[in-house]
Amino acid sequence: MHWDKTLRRSTVIFSIAMICVFLACTKKQGARTIIQNKGSDTLVNVAQAWAERYHQVNQKVSIAVTGGGSGIGIAALINGTVDIANASRSIKPEEAQKAKQNTGKDAVLHVVALDAIAVIVSKDNPIKDISIEELQCIWGEGGACSKWSDVRNINVPGCANNEIVRVSRQSNSGTYQYFREAILGERRDFKLGSRDMHGSKDVVDLVEKTVCAISYTGMGYLSPNVRALCISKKRGQPCVEPTPQTALNRTYPIARELYMYTLGEPTGEIKAYLDWVRAPEGQKIVNELGYVSIAPPPKAE
Amino acid sequence: MQAVDAKALPALQTVELSSFHKRLRIWGEKIIEALILICGLSAIILVLGIFIFVFKEAWPFLLSRFSWREFLTSPEWYPDSATKVRYGALALFAGTASITIGSMVVALPVGLGTAIYISEFCSPRFKEIAKIVIEILAAIPSVVWGFVAIMILNPLIIKLFDVPIGLNILNASVILALMAIPVIVSIGEDALRAVPDAYREAAEALGATRLETTFRVVVPAAKNGLFAALLLGMGRAIGETMAVLMATGHSIHMPTSVFDSVRTLTATIAAELGEAPKGGEHYQALFTIGLFLFAISFIVNLTADFMVRGFRRKI
Repeated sequence: MHWDKTLRRSTVIFSIAMICVFLACTKKQGARTIIQNKGSDTLVNVAQAWAERYHQVNQKVSIAVTGGGSGIGIAALINGTVDIANASRSIKPEEAQKAKQNTGKDAVLHVVALDAIAVIVSKDNPIKDISIEELQCIWGEGGACSKWSDVRNINVPGCANNEIVRVSRQSNSGTYQYFREAILGERRDFKLGSRDMHGSKDVVDLVEKTVCAISYTGMGYLSPNVRALCISKKRGQPCVEPTPQTALNRTYPIARELYMYTLGEPTGEIKAYLDWVRAPEGQKIVNELGYVSIAPPPKAE
Repeated sequence: MQAVDAKALPALQTVELSSFHKRLRIWGEKIIEALILICGLSAIILVLGIFIFVFKEAWPFLLSRFSWREFLTSPEWYPDSATKVRYGALALFAGTASITIGSMVVALPVGLGTAIYISEFCSPRFKEIAKIVIEILAAIPSVVWGFVAIMILNPLIIKLFDVPIGLNILNASVILALMAIPVIVSIGEDALRAVPDAYREAAEALGATRLETTFRVVVPAAKNGLFAALLLGMGRAIGETMAVLMATGHSIHMPTSVFDSVRTLTATIAAELGEAPKGGEHYQALFTIGLFLFAISFIVNLTADFMVRGFRRKI
């Protein structure tokens, strides 16, 4: 009986202590803001770097960054589960409408960086430049180019049958959708039979190891073992290398803006974060990671 | 219960105490029985629930857009086409079938050979080591196998066979075989061990060599169990997602040789479900694939189950 009482008493004391600890914790949590940030794989490295650096600048805010693809980020924005969605393509009208329906707020676009899509081949492939026309012939549905000799008068050493191995991305990738739009226009599909990889890193790894391959990827993922081709509009015209300068002055034909979307005009900590991202300090990180910073002053749409 | 215990104890006689304990034990047993019943039922409810969920999501597509002809005979899978959306899953079925058969061709001799060696021929000490290593093989995450496929097997296949790309049926078959072998070995070895020693002794008494005993007596006696092991390994191969996504090349293509890249049903769901807006046509089409996949693995597991039952009855 005596034991019973002590036990009960200590249980009560323990519970009270736990509740106090719990309350103390939640109080501390309350002072900290967590911004949920999700979306484009192209942007995920930059977003991660921004989040880390910003946490040093402003200890009170932490930013949880996840990738998955632009489609996934925008889907999360529509469901209202993220504060900021990263996207490498602009939001589709039906998606914007759904967001409005679900949350009552408009999706607001913020340009945060520029990216040039590089067309890449193995460094053992002798080809140096390629035209948009030739890319259409390689990638488009119904396009006739299946061997490297169909494109140029070249033989790729070590490549069996001289076959063009198209390496692509899974279809929720913003890079995939932007490349399709930029090369084939809005009314044409990719040819079936491409090898679809599940991330930009896998694409570059595979092209490194495969002499026959051709693929495309954001500039930030380029490695010394793949060659980014010089792109011309038509065969015989002067070509443009994918560099920060050509992306910024829009002479490189496959360059795009990278976006962050918020629901409604951002306020408070989210606004402060987006402002920081677009300020010189945030844009410095963009350049460090191989992307192109937006021209100052930041372009707003 | 504790409070009753503490207050009642000093007043009670030993006889009453024992009857109290008896009652306690009966109640305890009933509670435990009920818990176990719930556990057992939960598995059934879960499977049924998953089936109903998959069916419910796929149902609108089956009613509206779905046509058996397009789904099963067209290789054109264009769920996000800019011009004309097409849902032909033939190439996906062909992909799943080809890598399943391919992986079984590789895993069958190796897996059964290992099982027979471990159970019949090797020394007890080596047996322990081999079993541990095989269990480790089973514990390697599938995404790691995917990296092995891209970074090691892909350049190796390009070099050895002089083909344009090494992510193909052969690559995926080898990777899947390596993933299925631990299953085949451990279940196959159980089946062989279940053969009574009397069979072996009788065979040896008749003058059979070790090899003859193994292949003429033990293996035939365990054949149902070995078959079940094979089918369970096959179930692993059909259901695997991440590794095949990377190893097959994930390319929509009707295969004509083992050096062709393919795409499987599972990998398609894994790659595309994240982008498909919930409740949309593409989403429902993916669930329809899931339904077919469910049916396939159900048939495989049911067959395996019948085999195992046959093998148990026999021994």
